Parts: sequence; C-alpha cells; structure tokens
Amino acid sequence: MLLLLQYTLIFASVLILVALGGCFAEHSGVINLGLEGIMVIGALGGALMMRYAPDGFGAFGIIICVILAAMLFGVAYSSLLGVACINFKANQTIIGTAMNMLGTAAATVIVKAINTATNPNDVSSTIQYVDEKKAFIVNIGSFEFSWFMAVALIGVVVAYIVLYKTKFGLRLMACGEHPQAADSVGINVYKMRWAGVLISGLYGGLGGICYILSGVSEWKFENGVAGFGFLALAVMIFGQWKPSRIAMAALIFGFFRALSNVYFGFPLLVSLEIPGSIYNMLPYIICLIVLAFTSKKSRAPKAEGIPYDKGQR
Amino acid sequence: MMKKILKNEAFQSLFASLLCIILGVAVGYVVLLFINPTGAGEAIMEVLKNFMHYSKTNLQLKNLGGTLVKTAPLIMCSLSILFAYKVGLFNIGAAGQYCVGICASLYCALSLGMGWVPCMIIATVCGALYGAIVGLLKSYCNVNEVISGIMLNWIALYSTNMILTPVKEITSPYTFHLASDAPKAILPTMGLDKLFAGNEKVTIALPLSILIAVLVLIVLEKTKFGYELKATGFNKNAAKYCGMAEKRNIIVTLMISGGIAALGASFLYLTDFEQWSCTSSAVPAMGFNGIAAAFLGGLNPIGTIFSSYFIQHITNGGAFVDKTMYCSQISDLISAIIIYLCGFVFFIKYAMNYLIDKNEEKQALKAKALAEANTQEGGDK
Repeated sequence: MLLLLQYTLIFASVLILVALGGCFAEHSGVINLGLEGIMVIGALGGALMMRYAPDGFGAFGIIICVILAAMLFGVAYSSLLGVACINFKANQTIIGTAMNMLGTAAATVIVKAINTATNPNDVSSTIQYVDEKKAFIVNIGSFEFSWFMAVALIGVVVAYIVLYKTKFGLRLMACGEHPQAADSVGINVYKMRWAGVLISGLYGGLGGICYILSGVSEWKFENGVAGFGFLALAVMIFGQWKPSRIAMAALIFGFFRALSNVYFGFPLLVSLEIPGSIYNMLPYIICLIVLAFTSKKSRAPKAEGIPYDKGQR
Repeated sequence: MMKKILKNEAFQSLFASLLCIILGVAVGYVVLLFINPTGAGEAIMEVLKNFMHYSKTNLQLKNLGGTLVKTAPLIMCSLSILFAYKVGLFNIGAAGQYCVGICASLYCALSLGMGWVPCMIIATVCGALYGAIVGLLKSYCNVNEVISGIMLNWIALYSTNMILTPVKEITSPYTFHLASDAPKAILPTMGLDKLFAGNEKVTIALPLSILIAVLVLIVLEKTKFGYELKATGFNKNAAKYCGMAEKRNIIVTLMISGGIAALGASFLYLTDFEQWSCTSSAVPAMGFNGIAAAFLGGLNPIGTIFSSYFIQHITNGGAFVDKTMYCSQISDLISAIIIYLCGFVFFIKYAMNYLIDKNEEKQALKAKALAEANTQEGGDK
C-alpha cells in the first residue's frame, strides 16, 4: 500500500511539473506539443551532470546541480520552439512533433557517442546513476521520500503566485487570450510568448529528470519518456489550465500509472488474472475517457496556437 | 521565363524541400564532426550512399530491393498523414493505426490461416475503425486529435503485444515466420523479385502503394467528395453553413487515414520481411517517419513517393556507418531535423516571393526612370 502511495506521488510529481510547463506556454498563446522532447533533453542534462559531478559535492550539492542542469537543458531546447513558432510563425503542431523526435534521436546519439568514446565495446544508450540517485531519496520508515515531491509542491505554489498574483503573470495570460488587445496597451507580445515558452522548458526539463529518477537507477535514452509529455498535456486540459486543479488531476493520473508498477503486490488484483498489458494501458485509457468528458467545455486560452501577427487586428 | 519558374508554386515547394534536405544533412554532418572529426565525411557519405555501399551490381540491386520493401509502408503512412492534414487534422495516431494493421494482418495470417487478400482487407478495416475513434472524439467531444492519437498509439502497442503473444516463438519474443507457418498469406511478387536480383521480399506492395498515391491525388483534387473534405478543413463553420456534414467529414477522413496506414502495415508484415516482437516498448517509427515524408513531399501525394524513398534511403543508410565511431540513429536525427525545418517551408516561400516582388519593383522603377530620361532627352531635341 505504501509502495502504491510512493509511486503515485512520484508519478504525480512528474505530471505536475510537466503539465505546469504546458500551462505556462499555453497561457502565453503557444501550444507546446514538444514537451516530450523537452523532458528527454532535460533528463539528459541531469543524467550527464550526475555522471560527471565530482564526488566531493555532498548530497545537497548534487541535488542542486542536477536540477539546475536539467532546467538549463530544458530552457535551451525549448528555444527551438520559440524561434520557429514565435519569430517565424511556423505551424506549432509540426514543430512540436519534430522536437519530440529530435529530442529522443539527439539524446540517443549523444549518449551513445559518450559511451562508445569511453569504452569502444559499449554501444548502448544507457546512463547509470546508482550512487547519485541516493542523494534524492530520504527513507521515512519503508516510505521512500523523494525530494522531487517537494520540488513539485513548490512548483505548484510558484506557478500559482506567478500566474495570478504578479503583473508579469497577468500580462502573460492576456497574451494568450487576446494578443492584439495586450499589444495595444503596450505589452510586448513576442517577449511574453518567449517567456512562456522558456518557462515551459524549465518545468519540462525538471519533469524529465524527475521521471528518470522515479524508480530505476539507469536510463536507456532510446526509449524516450513513454508518452508522459502527452499525458501531462491531458492532465493540463483536465486541470482546466489552473495550477491547483492540475495538481489534483495529476494525482489521479499518477495513481493509475503507479498501479501498473505495483499491481502484483495486491492479492485481490492478482486474483482477477488481468494481463499485465491491461494495467500498462490503463493510464492512457483513463486519459481518453477523461478527455472525452472534459474537452467539451474547455477553458483553453482563446488565442492559443495562432501565431501573433502584428498587422492583423 | 526565369521569373515564371521562380514564382511557380510547384517549383517553390521543390526548392523548399531540397533546401530542408541540404540543411538537415549539413546539421547531421556537423553533429558527426563533434562526435569524431576523423570519419565524419565518410559516415555521412555512407548514409547517403546506402545500397551503393556494395560494389557488386547484384548486391546493390538486392539492397535497393530491401529499401524499397520498407518504402511501400512508408509511402502509405505519409499518405495517411497527408490525407488527414489536407482536411486540417494532424493524424499523429497513424503510428497506432499502423500498429493495429500489423496486429490484424499477423493475427489473421498466423492464427486464422487466411490468405493475403482477406488479411489485407481486415487490416484496413481494423485501422479504419481505430481511426474512427479519434474522429468520434474530435467531432463529438472536441478532444485534440494529437493527444487522443498519442494515447491510442500506446493502447494499440500494448494490445498488439497481448494479442500476438499466442502466435510467437516459444524461445524468442518474435512472431512465427510467415514463410514456414502461413505461406498463403505472403504477398505475391508477380515477377518483381527478378528485377531485384531475386529479392523475393519485393512484392506487389510497391506498385500498389504508388497506385494508392495516385488515387489519393485524384480523390483530393478531382472529386466532389475530396472538395468537401478540404472545405471542412479550411473552415469547419463555413462548411457546415454550406450544408456539408462537417462532423461526418471529420470521422470519414480519419477512417480513410487510418485505413491507409493499416494497409501499409500489411504491405510490410505480409512479405515476411520483419516479425513483430511481443515485448516491444514503443510503436514502430514508421508512422512518425511518415510525418517527415509527408511534409518533405510538399504535401503532394506524388511528392511523397519520392520523399518516402529518400527518408527510407537515409534510414537504411544509417546501418552502414562505422559502428566503432557512430551509431545508426544519426539518420533518425537527420530526419527529425528535416521535419523541424519543414516547419519553415511557408516562411521560405514567403521570403522567395518577397525577394522576387522586390526585385520586380526595382526593375520596374528603373525602367520607368529610364523611360522618363529618354522622353526628356527627346524633348530637348
């Protein structure tokens, strides 16, 4: 039972962080379908940092460095979306999809190159971080508390305050609702959208490193992140683009995702003799059902997905 | 004359696609340079050469055949994405529909012992029904087709793993070979294998896929049905106002799109070229490469035939790079960069038109100035 709670919380943390990333981008008016790729690149940044961090850092030092590296990689990668979709007015769906493919391909190529350079016989795309992982986990009884749960909580609070209680957040949201009106009162729409995209890269990268540290102690970068970026977008839609609701929605999805990891620990569920594949499918099926019921009266930012053209009023 | 060519829509598309390819390959080269500067040039040449890696004509033909076997399903996947895109829908679920096609065709062949024709038909129908789910969710529940498509991709993957487990080898995760267990289900070659040095995996799939590309072109450009679909894509509300059944059109589009992708799957898996691994952890990349091919082909059905071949050519070429220095995923990287650049196609076209117009304006001004000067001179005399 405790194990289920632990996995639910850690998967929910991933979903919260990534969904908040999507939330910032969409509030500024850009649909970020490339979150999956951003997660992979953020995870790559964190994993590389864990691999190359010197030993003398201590647990706290490692946590800070890994988180910063993941954020930095996420932000840098999300600028690809910014350049294409804000400055060159490219189709956001195509660019997002390209970024997902590019993220996995680039991470695989980079990790393989590093592995092969250190050991010519090693052609895998795996990075191991058995020791470094311990820094992120505090054992409370048999419950493994991960620092990322705290990070996700802070993330929600920060997102709420920034979006609703600061001048910047309200201006950002104005650019997603009616950019022409925002522009007419002197807000630089391009700058605001850039800010939204970069913040989404920051959250996405953080979610990525959180995901690969969620249970395993090595990661094969060929696998990407198994659709978590898109699950997070579903969480965001279910959460109606509001940080507090996103947190609630993420807990529900996290629960079903956790169930596929630990269902064999429950005699009742095992006695039902449902194949393991069904549990693997469960989060995605739930997601479809939830979307079917919540998308109709969507409170999506009105101008999302439309490139801003100054000449069009 | 030159100006006419430059302003031609088709020429601009071709130019933009070629520019994307050149830039994509160049970025790939730079990445290789970073990894290991000594063999970068050679590696990129291997990717571009693919089957020309071999010096014997026989082997070359055989490997060209191997590339073509995988080109047929890629053409189908990109047609699937293209068809939906023309109606304003981004069918990223093509990868899942392709997966359903694999599941249906292999299950019918291996478990039910059907021939290749019913296998293909059932696969198409299953793919169409799977696509219809996306359509229903989109038209009646307003669910973004990209997100529902991705979710359905994962559901398709795990279902396929589950359904095909009874027909897999006991010692390995791969399904039975069609050649030994269901020879009836293998697509006929109709003598095509002789053209490719006896590579009997080259079947009627290739001509069929080209035929379907032409069909898609005709349906989209020359029929009332295609016109209505495109109208729905341009403006859903306007289409509804004109009396078109916009909800039905969306569902039908995704059904056709899903059917095409699933048929593509049977084109590959009914040749016994590949077996399905029942422990797969991701949907086949074919559906996603289809996106690259569709956009690289300038969203033209005939263009996709060539762009599909190119994408498959470099993907196969990736296998020939020196494994001690680089990995074969470098071709995935190049195709991903190409898709990214395809997002800029509209900008490239805009820039071309802008430059041409500016040039024209300049020349017109010059001519005018010259003419004025001439008349003034004339007046003095």
